[in-house]
Amino acid sequence: MAENITNKDIVKEENLVFKKTSLFTEKPLSYCPGCGHGTAHRLVLETIEEMGIQSETIGIAPVGCSVLAYEFMDIDMQQAAHGRAPALATAIKRLYPEKFVFTYQGDGDLAAIGTAETIHACNRGENIVIIFVNNGIYGMTGGQMAPTTLPGMKSSTSPYGREVISMGNPLKMTELVAQLPGTYYVTRQAVHTPGAVRKAKKAIKQAFENQKLNKGVSFVEIVSNCNSGWKMEPVQANEWMVENMFPFYPLGDIKVPAEQ
Amino acid sequence: MKELRLMKGNEAIAEAAIRAGVDGYFGYPITPQSEVLEYLMAEQPEKRTGMVVLQAESEVAAINMVYGGAGAGKKVMTSSSSPGISLKQEGITYIAGAELPCLIVNVVRGGPGLGTIQPAQSDYFQSVKGGGHGDYRLIVLAPASVQEMYDFVGLAFELAFKYRNPALILSDGAIGQMMEKVEISDQIPRWTNEEIKKMSPWATTGKTPDRPHNIITSLDLDPHKQEDFNHKLQAKYREIEKNEVRFEEIQTEDAEYLFVAYGTSSRICQKSIQMARAKGIKVGLLRPITLFPFPSARLLELSKQVKGILTVEMSAGQMIEDVKLAVRCSIPVEHYGRMGGIIPSPAEVLTALEQNFL
Amino acid sequence: MAKVKGSIVVNIERCKGCGVCVPACPTEVIALHDEVNGKGYHYAYMANPEACTGCANCAMVCPDAVITVYRMKVNE
Repeated sequence: MAENITNKDIVKEENLVFKKTSLFTEKPLSYCPGCGHGTAHRLVLETIEEMGIQSETIGIAPVGCSVLAYEFMDIDMQQAAHGRAPALATAIKRLYPEKFVFTYQGDGDLAAIGTAETIHACNRGENIVIIFVNNGIYGMTGGQMAPTTLPGMKSSTSPYGREVISMGNPLKMTELVAQLPGTYYVTRQAVHTPGAVRKAKKAIKQAFENQKLNKGVSFVEIVSNCNSGWKMEPVQANEWMVENMFPFYPLGDIKVPAEQ
Repeated sequence: MKELRLMKGNEAIAEAAIRAGVDGYFGYPITPQSEVLEYLMAEQPEKRTGMVVLQAESEVAAINMVYGGAGAGKKVMTSSSSPGISLKQEGITYIAGAELPCLIVNVVRGGPGLGTIQPAQSDYFQSVKGGGHGDYRLIVLAPASVQEMYDFVGLAFELAFKYRNPALILSDGAIGQMMEKVEISDQIPRWTNEEIKKMSPWATTGKTPDRPHNIITSLDLDPHKQEDFNHKLQAKYREIEKNEVRFEEIQTEDAEYLFVAYGTSSRICQKSIQMARAKGIKVGLLRPITLFPFPSARLLELSKQVKGILTVEMSAGQMIEDVKLAVRCSIPVEHYGRMGGIIPSPAEVLTALEQNFL
Repeated sequence: MAKVKGSIVVNIERCKGCGVCVPACPTEVIALHDEVNGKGYHYAYMANPEACTGCANCAMVCPDAVITVYRMKVNE
C-alpha cells in the first residue's frame, strides 16, 4: 500500500531519476547561494557526459566569478586573460580540429574587455561553443556596472542607477553576434525555473552537437542573476530578473540553423 | 650539400618555423616584421606540414592564441614589432605564469609610442626583465645575422620546451629587413598528438581516465602557494642562467678595451674593431647571444683583463646596466648609442671609444 | 491504479540554503530547515515528503547540484 512506503523504500539505486553529473569535481562551488553559474556549469557538464566526449573536450575559463570553473569541471581547461577566451579557443580548435572546444564567459569578460575577441571569433566562424552568462554586473569585483547593466540599474559604480546619457547603453552582444555570418546557432536562455533549465540544456547540447558540423560558432547566452551584486535574496533576484532583465534580454533562439 | 637561399631576416624566421615543425603561427601586421606573416601566407604551410597560420584581429588576440595553443602542448609562435610587443605583454605574462613554452619574435623598431619604423634596440629592458607584470623572465636570443634569425627559431623552441618557458627572439628592423645567404635545414616533422601527450603530459589534450584533468592557469589565490610557485619560477631562471648562457667573442685575446654589443650593433662594432686595430688600439667584442641569461660571468673575467668597456646599443643605454652589474663597477663602463631608428656608424663608435678611454 | 512516489536526498553540508528549489517544487514538498548546516545555512529538506512525486524540478534549479532524486511506481 502506498501509505506504507517510506523514503527508505524509494531511495534506492533502481529508483534514481536525477543525480549530480560525475563530471563535477569534488570541490564545492565557490558561487554565492542561488547563483545561476552552478546550474550553467552543470548543464555544460551533463552535455559533455551524455555525449561521452570528456576526453575530447577542452574548455576555457574566463576572468570573473567563473574564473575557477576549471576547479569544478573535471575537464582539461585553460584559464584565459580577461576577455581573451575566444582567442585561446580559436587556436586550440584550429590545432585540434577533431576536439570539442568551449569557452565559458561572463558579461564583463565577453561583452566589455573581450568584445574584439568575441566578435572576431564569431565572425571568422570558429567551430567552437561560447557559453555567455549575463547577469548584468561585474560580480567578482563587487558589483560594478557592466556593459550589460540595464538603464537605471544600480551598481557600485552606478550607485544612482545607470544613466544612459553619461554611462552609455547596455550592449546586446547576443543580437550583435547573430548578425555575423560566422555564427551558426545563437540563442538566449535562462536557468531560473525547471522549464528554463530544460530548455537551456537542450540549447547547450545542440551547441555542442553543432561542433561536429564545422559550421561556425554556437553561442548560448544564459541570462542569470547576481544576488550579491543586485543585493537581493536569491528567489527575489530571480523574480527581479524575470521582470527587468527578460524584457530587455528576451529569451529564445535568435539565429537557428536553416532546416536541413 | 645544404640548400642555400638569399632571404630577408623576416622570411628566414618564417621558413625556419615551417622547417622546425611549428604547429601554429598567429600574427598581426606591423612594420618592420610583416614579411613573417606574408611569407607564411604565401607559402601555405598547411599544405607542406599541416601548420596553422592565422592573421588575428590584434596582437592581443594573437598572443592569446599562442597561449591557447601552447597550453594544449603545441609548438606555437607569434611575431611582431615593438608597439605590438607592448600589446602582447598581457599574454606573455600569463604564458610565463602558466609555464608554457612558445616563441615570440620582436623585430624591434624605435619608440616610445608609435616611434618610428626604423630599427632600434630600445626594447632591451622590456625583453630581459620580464616585460609584463610579475616576477618572470623570458629566454631571450639576439640574432646578429639572417642565418641566426633562421637558426634561433629551432633553438628557441628547444629551450622553451626544455624549461617550459616562453622564449623571445630579440631582433631589430635592420636584421629583419636585410638579405643574406641562409643555409636551410631539413624539415623536422610536426609532433603527432600522441607524441605531444607523452612529451607534455601537462597539456590540455582532453582528460582521459588515466590522469586527473589538466589545468593551465596562472592563478593561485593562496598566497603561500603563490609564493612557493614564484620560488619555483626563480629556481628555474637560476637553472637557465647556469646552463644556457651563449655569447661570441671577437678578438678579445689581447684586448685592452672591450665593446659589448648584440644584434645589429655588434655587426657595426666588428668594423670599428678593424679600424681601431689599424690605429693600434687593441679592442675586442663580446657579443651576447642570450640576453637572458646574460653572460655576466664571462664579462667579470674580461673586466680583469680590459681597461674599459663601451656598450654600443641603438638605445639610450639599457644593456649597459647589466654590464655594469656584471663587472661590479670594477672598471669604467660607458655607453654609446643612437636612437630614433638610427644605426651608429663604425667611425662614430670608434670615436666614442677614443673619447671615453684614450 | 499506479501512483508515483518520490523522494529527494539533500547533500546537507553542500546546500547553501538559497531556497531556489522551494518555489520550483510543484507539490510544496521542500522548505528550508530551522536548523543550519556546518556553514550556517538553513538547508533544504522535505517538509512534506508525502507529496513528493520525484519530478526533479528542485534538482533542475539547484545551483549546487546538492539534490538527488528518486521515484518509484506504487500500486494502490
